[in-house]
Amino acid sequence: MNEPSLKEPDVSEKSVIQIDDLSLIFETNDGPVHALSDIDLSIAEGEFVSLIGPSGCGKTTLLRVIADLERATAGSITVNGVSPEQARLNRAYGYVFQAAALYPWRTIDRNIALPLEIMGLSKEEQNSRIAKNLDLVNLTGFEKKFPWQLSGGMQQRASIARALAVEPDLLLMDEPFGALDEIVRDHLNEQLLKLWEKTNKTVVFVTHSIPEAVFLSTKIVVMSPRPGRVHDVIDCNLPRERTLDVRETPQFLEIAHRVREGLRAGHSYDD
Amino acid sequence: MSETTVAPKTPTLPEEWREPLIWLAILCTLIALFVPLAFLAGDDGVAKPLRTPAGLCVILIAGAVASVRFKGWFGDILLFLSAHVTAGILLFMLPAYTGAAGWGFWLLLAGSWLLAWQVVTRLSDRRLNGYKQTLLDLAIPILFGLWLLLLWEMIVVGAGVPYVLLPPPSQIGARIAESLPLLWADFQQTFLLGVLPGYIIGCGAGFIVAVLVDKVPFLQRGLLPVGNMASALPIIGVAPIMVMWFGFGPSSKIAVVVIMIFFPMLVNTVAGFAAAGNMEKDLMRTYAASYGQTLSKLRLPNAMPFIFNALKINSTLALIGAIVAEFFGSPTVGMGFRISTEFGRLNTDLVWATIAVAALAGSTFYGLIALVERRITFWHPSARG
Repeated sequence: MNEPSLKEPDVSEKSVIQIDDLSLIFETNDGPVHALSDIDLSIAEGEFVSLIGPSGCGKTTLLRVIADLERATAGSITVNGVSPEQARLNRAYGYVFQAAALYPWRTIDRNIALPLEIMGLSKEEQNSRIAKNLDLVNLTGFEKKFPWQLSGGMQQRASIARALAVEPDLLLMDEPFGALDEIVRDHLNEQLLKLWEKTNKTVVFVTHSIPEAVFLSTKIVVMSPRPGRVHDVIDCNLPRERTLDVRETPQFLEIAHRVREGLRAGHSYDD
Repeated sequence: MSETTVAPKTPTLPEEWREPLIWLAILCTLIALFVPLAFLAGDDGVAKPLRTPAGLCVILIAGAVASVRFKGWFGDILLFLSAHVTAGILLFMLPAYTGAAGWGFWLLLAGSWLLAWQVVTRLSDRRLNGYKQTLLDLAIPILFGLWLLLLWEMIVVGAGVPYVLLPPPSQIGARIAESLPLLWADFQQTFLLGVLPGYIIGCGAGFIVAVLVDKVPFLQRGLLPVGNMASALPIIGVAPIMVMWFGFGPSSKIAVVVIMIFFPMLVNTVAGFAAAGNMEKDLMRTYAASYGQTLSKLRLPNAMPFIFNALKINSTLALIGAIVAEFFGSPTVGMGFRISTEFGRLNTDLVWATIAVAALAGSTFYGLIALVERRITFWHPSARG
């Protein structure tokens, strides 16, 4: 069993994402919808932050605001000290979607080359990054396959390799393993954790699985719906080196319990 | 809750009875023995019935029975031979029986056709590997097509249908062979000078306007409805006007073709551009891709199945447009001109010869585009092997 680590996780305190008093209201035909309301959040370099909450709590919307795929209607947000739009134009982040979103007319290696072509990198640079990142997600040997010839888990790994190939310091992941079965998901969670340790990136990870959030994160942001807001921020100071066994420890269960309590409290006014 | 039930065994026919076509063919042949093959005029001018030769019946029945006896390739070859030897002999005797064929003739023809049908059925159930399968896949439609021509020839000649109503394929073939220079000149005029340039201009313009419509939203609301109306213009009404504007030469044919095919290309391309998924588009946004990059790397490849649909539809529309336009004025050459003038002179065999050339040109054109399509949209779920 792992001893609870007393030292702080070794992350510097430089803030990568700073969100203050952020709100987002969608104007719909049925009137305004408060997707996000008064969000305050700070994410430091090297952290692995999970956004967790029931459907409709705005966790994906928050991630999309960070990625400049949605615009906040009030409040302020900076990514790497600049506006999300500037950060996007700087290609400051890699984004992994709920589905792999690989282009079916491109082979796996050409799919990973896609962002590199757009960035205008040289052929040699492209090839070395493709090889490196395919190796990182254990897909070496599949570069000439088309996406539809691979399993769902392999497709999602390829899409992670594609996001990593941009070599961003920040990785935004929107329920990347949501559509996969439990066993594949466990496996990919372990791989993702190793990858995070190896590359020391900042990760923002949207999920609605409590074990997944606790297993992966250094910090868990519990969100609640209507309007979408931050209910609780839980530090998850399990040792950085974790295996799936950590899920049996009392410390893990304690954090999971707190997350569950938070989710329940955020939901309580519903019934 | 229920125990596994044993499915009731369906009674199966003995193997020999599973191919009813063969037994039907044998029945036809047996009846043919007792009815006259043809009625030939004797010396006194009175038509006398001619007995069906037993030899022909024996060939058919022997082949049919042997094919039931021997399964596999050997049986198939026997079946094939007996059907086609009989049909060949009938075809050889046909000129003597012009307009005089009797029930025996038709029954023997039906018998050999049924056996040939059975051959095709057996062949299409076969699974071979590699190029052999490709050959087989080619052989089946060819055999089918040849039989259509054969039946056409036999029925038209045997029943004595007037050639003005429907000439037999042999006569059309002979006409094609002797009028090759004429048909080639018509093909050049209509296809190479009218259809092809019109096709390229029409499809190109449709594509370019689709990109503009995509880039400039007000065009989408303004131009698409107008284009929709233009596509509803009746070609028969537009063609004479185009001839008046652009003269008898190929330019008026090009104009008609362009009007006919512009809109299908525009609409399909616009729909194809709109078909890119939100997630795929968001992905390009996260890469800070420019409009041009998103177009060339996502939306254009994604639109290819739509674009090829339009290219295929347009290949046949263009040919129709150019031929119809020639009805309203053309120099004394061209496929539409040939059809309208030779029909007036009741030279129906030349009309049919021109139709055959048009069909060949049209389907070759279509086939070439479909071939390119298969290479480009191999990734689409409808094309994946």
